Amino acid sequence: MSELPLSATADAALQAAPATRARGYWATVGRRIARDKVSMACALVLLLIFLSAILAPWLGLEDPYKGSMIRRLRHIGTVGYPLGTDELGRDMLARLIYGGRLSLVIGILPVILAFCIGTSLGLVAGYVGGKLNTAIMRTIDVFYAFPSVLLAIAISGALGAGIVNSIVSLTVVFVPQITRVAESVTTGVRNMDFVEAARASGAGPFTIMRVHILGNVLGSIFVYATSLISVSMILAAGLSFLGLGTKPPEPEWGLMLNTLRTAIYVNPWVAALPGAMIFAVSICFNLLSDGLRSAMDIRN
Amino acid sequence: MTKLVDISGLNIRFTGERTVYAVNDLSLSLGDGEVLGLLGESGSGKSVTLRALMRLLPKKRTQITGKVNVMGRDVLAMNDEELSSFRGQTVSMIFQEPALALDPVYTIGAQIAESVVRHEGKSHAEGKARALEMLEVVRIPSARRRLDAYPHEMSGGMRQRAMIALALACRPKILLADEPTTALDATVQIQILLLLRELQREFGMSVIFVTHDIGVAIEICDRVAVMYAGQIVEQGTLRDIVRSPVHPYAKGLLASTIHGAKRGQRLETIPGTPPSLAEKPHNCSFAPRCKLAEPRCLEQLPPNVEVGPGRAARCVLAEPAVVTT
Repeated sequence: MSELPLSATADAALQAAPATRARGYWATVGRRIARDKVSMACALVLLLIFLSAILAPWLGLEDPYKGSMIRRLRHIGTVGYPLGTDELGRDMLARLIYGGRLSLVIGILPVILAFCIGTSLGLVAGYVGGKLNTAIMRTIDVFYAFPSVLLAIAISGALGAGIVNSIVSLTVVFVPQITRVAESVTTGVRNMDFVEAARASGAGPFTIMRVHILGNVLGSIFVYATSLISVSMILAAGLSFLGLGTKPPEPEWGLMLNTLRTAIYVNPWVAALPGAMIFAVSICFNLLSDGLRSAMDIRN
Repeated sequence: MTKLVDISGLNIRFTGERTVYAVNDLSLSLGDGEVLGLLGESGSGKSVTLRALMRLLPKKRTQITGKVNVMGRDVLAMNDEELSSFRGQTVSMIFQEPALALDPVYTIGAQIAESVVRHEGKSHAEGKARALEMLEVVRIPSARRRLDAYPHEMSGGMRQRAMIALALACRPKILLADEPTTALDATVQIQILLLLRELQREFGMSVIFVTHDIGVAIEICDRVAVMYAGQIVEQGTLRDIVRSPVHPYAKGLLASTIHGAKRGQRLETIPGTPPSLAEKPHNCSFAPRCKLAEPRCLEQLPPNVEVGPGRAARCVLAEPAVVTT
């Protein structure tokens, strides 16, 4: 076909065109999200919270466990205690930063675990279909029938209070939700031409699931999972608030909110601080997942 | 000419809520280095036949009976392992819509390399090298750069070339083409057809080319089989079929193209619609639409008449033709 002038000129034009280096998918997504101001602001806030939580012991903060009967419930802006003190006279700034360590772990770890379990379950259910699909999805539906807060409380209550148990209960809450999303996107992708094309080129079911289906559904599930982090943060805080998560001396945002509740008429601003942190982290994760969703929608 | 593909007495039935007799008593053969066109309208069973040849139809809802031999091996008796080395290496397939048949999240190079690595056990680097070589074979300009391109970054014609490169990467003996030019515009269509023809000669492949466009079939095929309602109603060399079709359906199909039509005159059409394939045909499926139908057409299945060497038509009208010639 080289004798066709059409392809020859097109070839020459393409060769002459400035070589725009082909970028990877994730590089493009990164570039697009970097241009989104809201997402970047949220990422910055989250980064600050994460860094301070990780670096807490080296920030020269007060001991978050050391109380004092004299300096209880100081107001925000007191010299030496920029964010005041709690009902036992412990430094709020230190407790909030140290509290981030636990709260973030309890908030994020269940989502990561549920992401792994739910994606695998949904992928298998969606790809294999038939009886296996019915078995997996109907079991999932049983869990789905309970409101998530109630389910988390029920499981935590049954397992007993504790950090590990609340992570387990939150994971159980999120697995059904992620499985559902994973299953529905998988059934959408399963019937696409490229899956048949992959079969026609000799790919076995495992290769197809691992390479072709996972590659196409991971993005959607990932976006959904990031939006669950905010829910998880709130549920984790809720469990601690009810006394089903962390135990008292431990700084954790939900628990702090619970213990400071009694001081709400004395010092409402300090009492609201842990809630403000939960709110900030949740909304940042939510906005970030929104930004991620639109940045990943490159093909449209 | 040796027979690469030998299908005889193939019946395909889809079961489920509604039973569909998609292919009925189909016999077909494909010689070495031959391009066979499967011609027919939508729902005539062309694509189903192709997919049966690669066992791509869903297992649970299809009943396949008959014999499908490819290079002396019984395809219907293969196990999963044999099938996956058979697919892609012996027989490969290109699809109608390259935009959908290429995985959108991997680069072209990665997809070709994956296939090569899987079938030939080569390293990833060797796979990449083969991918580059294949992109050059299908004349994709600046092939090296296109290796890292995603399907959505390419034009329709370019994507179809990439699809062909992917299908030919493991040097299959037989290429199945399922309307590969239907989704392309006319100028690109002819480029792809010429390319396919050229590659077919270069690689010494046999091709089964499914199309509903006689113009396309004329460009590329050596032999044509016309399908109607899951049966081959007429087959023979391209020249014979185009010059002197025997079966009324083949005649109608040829008359309904704009080739040789006069300006200002309405194009001829075949009245009616194809039959529903809800039951196994017991008479001529085309009879209700046929202008030349006789009472006996409705009574029994039409005979498969050998009209000449390598030429057959499934019609009662073909019988006297044997006597006269």
